[in-house]
Amino acid sequence: MDPLAIRTVDLRRTYKTPRRQRTPSEDDAHPTEFVALDNINVEIRPGELFGLLGSNGAGKTTLIKILTTLLAPTSGSAWVDGLEVVAQAQAVRERINMVSGGETSGYGVLTVRENLWLFSQLYGVPGKEARCRIDRLLAAVGLHDRADTRISHLSTGQRQKMNFCRGFVTQPQILFLDEPTLGLDVTAARTVRQFVREWMNERPGRTLVLTTHYMAEADELCDRIAIIHRGRVLACDTPTALKRRVQRYPTFELALTTGANGWHGLGALAGVQQCTCAEGSASIDVRVTLQEEAVVGSVVQEILRGGSQILSLKKVEPSLEDAFIELVGHGWVPREVDA
Amino acid sequence: MTRAAAFFMRVTLARAYPRVIALRRQPGWLLLETVLPILSVSAMAFAYRAMQAPEEYLGFVILGGAMTAFWLNVIWSMGAQFYWDREAGNLELFIAAPCSMMAILAGMALGGMALTLVRALTIFLIGWLAFGVPLAPTSWWALLGTFLLLMLALYGLGMVFASAFLWWGRQALHIVSLLQEPVYLLSGLNFPVRVLGSAVSSVAALLPLTAGVDALRQILFPRLADQGLLPVWVEVMLLALLAVLFISLARYLLARLERRARHDGRLTVRWL
Repeated sequence: MDPLAIRTVDLRRTYKTPRRQRTPSEDDAHPTEFVALDNINVEIRPGELFGLLGSNGAGKTTLIKILTTLLAPTSGSAWVDGLEVVAQAQAVRERINMVSGGETSGYGVLTVRENLWLFSQLYGVPGKEARCRIDRLLAAVGLHDRADTRISHLSTGQRQKMNFCRGFVTQPQILFLDEPTLGLDVTAARTVRQFVREWMNERPGRTLVLTTHYMAEADELCDRIAIIHRGRVLACDTPTALKRRVQRYPTFELALTTGANGWHGLGALAGVQQCTCAEGSASIDVRVTLQEEAVVGSVVQEILRGGSQILSLKKVEPSLEDAFIELVGHGWVPREVDA
Repeated sequence: MTRAAAFFMRVTLARAYPRVIALRRQPGWLLLETVLPILSVSAMAFAYRAMQAPEEYLGFVILGGAMTAFWLNVIWSMGAQFYWDREAGNLELFIAAPCSMMAILAGMALGGMALTLVRALTIFLIGWLAFGVPLAPTSWWALLGTFLLLMLALYGLGMVFASAFLWWGRQALHIVSLLQEPVYLLSGLNFPVRVLGSAVSSVAALLPLTAGVDALRQILFPRLADQGLLPVWVEVMLLALLAVLFISLARYLLARLERRARHDGRLTVRWL
C-alpha cells in the first residue's frame, strides 16, 4: 500500500493544437503540441493540505483533472490513495471529490438542497444521511436560509458556496478544490477557509489539494505548496521555506523621530548590507538589510547614540507573492485560461 | 437486490428527478408542448376527414402525434443531453463520480419517459375526445407490453445517441436536427408505413418507432390490422431485439468513447 495520498512520477500531458488554431506557418502534417504538464513529480502525504500555485495556463487544472481521472496523462503515472488513476479510475473515484471555482454545475429547476442531494446520490450516500450532511454544510457556509431556493435564483457567490458544499457532502478521503473562493466576498471567503481548516482537523487522514490565485489564502491554509510554471514544478516546500528562499538577508524597518541624525552612520556600520531612509513630516522611515539578525542590536545602539528615538521597529517578512515572483520571474496575472 | 443494483437504482432515480420535478415547476412547458402538437395533429386529422378516410386513420394521426413527443424527447433530451451537461459542467462531475454512467443514462431515459408520457397522454386524450376516434384494442395488456418494449428500444437508441454525441460535441446539435424530419417520414407516424413500398418500409422497420407504432396501431385498431407492415408478434420480437442491441451498443460506446475522450481531452476541454 502506497503510504502517500498522491504521487506522480514523470507526469506529462500534451494537447494537439486544433487545426483551426494553428498559424499558417505550422505544417499540417506535423501537428503542433501544447505541453500542459512536463515531467511532474509530486508527493502529497495523507492529512496534508497541499497547495498548487501557478499563473494562467501553468498546468494546475490539468494536473487536477488527471488526478480526478477526467484526463489521461500522455506519459508518466499518477496514484491517488495508492491507486493508479488510469487503470484503477473507478476505485479512485470512490475516494475523491472535486470543486472548481466558478463552475455552473447543477440543474436550475432544482433547489440548493435538491441539487446537493442529487450529487450525493452519485456517490451512494444514503438519503437520510445525505439530508443531515446537507443541512450541516449549508449552516456551516451560511446558506441554510437559501436551502429551498432554486439555484437559478442564486447569486454567483451563493452558487459557489453550494458547489463548495457539494464537494464535502460525500466526505471524500481526498478533496480537490480548484479556486474555491473565486467570486466570493471577503466574509464568505473567510467562512470557506475556516470550514476547510475545521474539516481537515475533524479527521486527520483527510487530504486536500487546493489551487488558488490568492497568495494569502495559500499561505494561510497550506501545509506545503508546489509552484508550477509552464507545466513544471519549480519549487515544492512549506510556505515558510518558500518565503525564506527569497530573503537571503534579514531586513528591518524602523520609524525614527525627526530632528536628530541617529540614522546617518547606519550605512557604514559593520554587518549592514544596505540602508535606505525616507524622511517624512512625522517620522523618518529607515529600512536596513543586515548580514545576520544579531546586527540589529548594533543598529539600535547606533540610532540611540545619534540622538534619535525609535517609534517602531519590525522585521520585514517576505510574502509568498515575493517568493512566487522570484521563482517564476513575473507578476501575477488574474485571468485563468487553464484547460 | 445486490449493493451494486441498489446503487444503480439510486443514481437512476436521482438523475430522473430533475426531469420529473420540472413537470411541477415548469407547467408552462407542458402547455406549450401539448397545445402546439395538437394543432398539427388536428390539421392532419382534418385532412383525412376531408378525404373521407376511415376513422381509424384519425387514430393513426393522434397516436403518431403522441409518439412524436417521445421521438423529440429521445433526440433532443437524450441525445443532446450530454452536450448540454458538458457545457453546464455537470458531465465532468458525473464522470468523476464512482457511479455507472449507464445509471446516469438510465435516469435521463426514465425522467424523459415520465415527462413525455404526460405530454403524450394529454395529446392522445385531447385528440381522442376531439375527434371521437373508435378505440377497440385486441388486448390492453398487449398494448401496454408493446408500448413498454417500444420505450425500451426507443430510449435505448437515445442512449446510443447520447454516447455518440459525447464524441461529436457541438456537432451533435446539427446531427439531431438532421435526424428529426427523416424519421418522421420513415416511421410513418401519420400514415400506414406500407405505402413507402416494401424495400423502404423493411429498412424503416429497423427504427424502433416504425415497428412500435405499427404494432400499437394493429393492436388499437384491429379493423385495419391488414394494413400493418409485419405481424404484431414479429414487430414485438424486433422491438425486443432492438432494445437489447441499442442498450448493449450504448454501453459499449459509452465506455469506449469515454476512454478515448479522456485521452484526447475532449470530455473537459471545451476548445477541442
